[in-house]
Amino acid sequence: MSREVVILGEVRGGKIHPVTYELLAWGKGLSEKLKTKLSALILGYNLKGLEEVIHYGADKVYYFEHPRLDIFNPEVYAEVLVPFIKEIEPDIVLAGATTTGRTIMPYLAGKLKAGLTADCTSLDIEEESGLLLQTRPAIGGNVLATIKTPNSKPQMATVRPKGKKPLEKDPKREGEIKTIKPEINLNSRIERLDFKPREEEVSLVDAEVVISGGKGLKDPRNISLLFEISKLIDSSAVGASRAVVDMGWIGYPHQVGLSGKTVNPKVYIAIGISGAVQHLAGMMNSESIIAINKDPEAPIFQVADIGIVGDALDILPILKRKLEERKG
Amino acid sequence: MNIYVLVKQVPATDKVKIDEATGTMKREEVEAVINPLDLYAIETALQIKEMFEGDIHITAISMGPPKAEEVLKEAIAMGCDSGILLSDKAFAGADTWATSYTIATLIKRLNHFSLVITGERATDGETGQVGPSLAGQLDLPIVTYTSRILEINNEYIILERETEEGTEVIKMSLPGVISVTKAIGEPRLPTLKGKIKARNTKVEIFDLERLKVAKEEVGLSGSLTRVVKVFYPKISRAGKKIKTKDPEEAVNLILEFLEERGIL
Repeated sequence: MSREVVILGEVRGGKIHPVTYELLAWGKGLSEKLKTKLSALILGYNLKGLEEVIHYGADKVYYFEHPRLDIFNPEVYAEVLVPFIKEIEPDIVLAGATTTGRTIMPYLAGKLKAGLTADCTSLDIEEESGLLLQTRPAIGGNVLATIKTPNSKPQMATVRPKGKKPLEKDPKREGEIKTIKPEINLNSRIERLDFKPREEEVSLVDAEVVISGGKGLKDPRNISLLFEISKLIDSSAVGASRAVVDMGWIGYPHQVGLSGKTVNPKVYIAIGISGAVQHLAGMMNSESIIAINKDPEAPIFQVADIGIVGDALDILPILKRKLEERKG
Repeated sequence: MNIYVLVKQVPATDKVKIDEATGTMKREEVEAVINPLDLYAIETALQIKEMFEGDIHITAISMGPPKAEEVLKEAIAMGCDSGILLSDKAFAGADTWATSYTIATLIKRLNHFSLVITGERATDGETGQVGPSLAGQLDLPIVTYTSRILEINNEYIILERETEEGTEVIKMSLPGVISVTKAIGEPRLPTLKGKIKARNTKVEIFDLERLKVAKEEVGLSGSLTRVVKVFYPKISRAGKKIKTKDPEEAVNLILEFLEERGIL
């Protein structure tokens, strides 16, 4: 049997973070092709709900429990994970492309001399070699590249949160939970002194409707139209393309795409966004997509359920008025 | 105190053209610029220079073809004190591991330092992996997504780090590595004095021989990952494209679509 596929689960605020379940869905596709086990590594303290990790697809959970694993610290994580990965020699290690995953994975890869591919949008196994095929947008998000790690193990990759739906939860699924109480004697050079939680007004990733604007809005002042329309649609939030964020029309938290957030709302409305791979990478898993663009050749139309060839600035004011009329 | 700032020359990505036959970027046809996010790393170093009591020497480090000297000159014009360019044909084609390895080797050859600062990621590769990988290879502590520097002295730095849920206040012993986000503050523009200084400062070049590394350890041959295919995505939903001269009709379509999905 080949060596196991491992996902690095995430714990935030003392709870298992949903990205963990998405990672299991990614990992399952690979472990089944390799006919091997799918294991989850969970680092934390006093955690509950570990059986859920099994219900969502893990064959085995390695739970590392220690008070110092309560919050993320790359040095402490590496202290636990480097020797463990060397010991179990997994074939593949996956993590979420979150602030944690994007920190710990390259830090580990640097220590393990392991190949790592960031922000994958699809993962597969090459039949003849059994190697991991990692596909991600490349060259500024203009094309997709498939990347292999031919000669070293583990093969490491991060995937975007919300890039895949978790598998259906199966409470009857069985698996093994192995609790490990590591000794951590490290005198860490990093110490968290304080934490101030943020109250995010736009929870872009949780919104049911995302209304995103791009260069086709022509003027930064027109961004306000998006917000006015968003106020009229329940559970909606405003997104933007990288171009307009770079130009300073709207803040970075609104950016959708490879270098921003990944969203998969019920409806994604792309307004004046041409649809570079960079942007598509962040929204193409939306349940449905409406595109408005003047250029009939814009690539955004290739992913749209409804494509409207027209000027956003003609359409938006009417949309706003009609929504207002409905609200009375 | 010595600070190293890592900067990269990248293509102005909006205008990248791809050679469809080979799947590679037509680099020669594209304007090269300093990675916009590295400007924030330079800005951070300059802010630290202002708040630190004592002398600070800021060295900008880049890896790339001889032409990449331009970005080091730009860094000096903004206020960095010197520049080092890792440049050798053997360094070409490096993945993030080999890049970090090459930079780590250079840093080991240089004077004692306190801090390495990087941008969040480069706008061409978009991995953001070199900073943490470098820290891992040099066995240094790392703080990513740094949004603000609160305090620095010879022993430690206190800074803010942005996560999905909020802001962490972190104390890190020096030496260490940090990567910074745009929140650090608008990068200052080069001054006339800086431009003159940049013109008169000679950038130091480290090639394979001077770096004393084996050819197999760097560039494409030292890379652990390989690009096996580059392609344009073929994504297609069987959607309907409606050309409409009548915006009212377009709006009605949108509203119907939202109603069907229970949004309105």
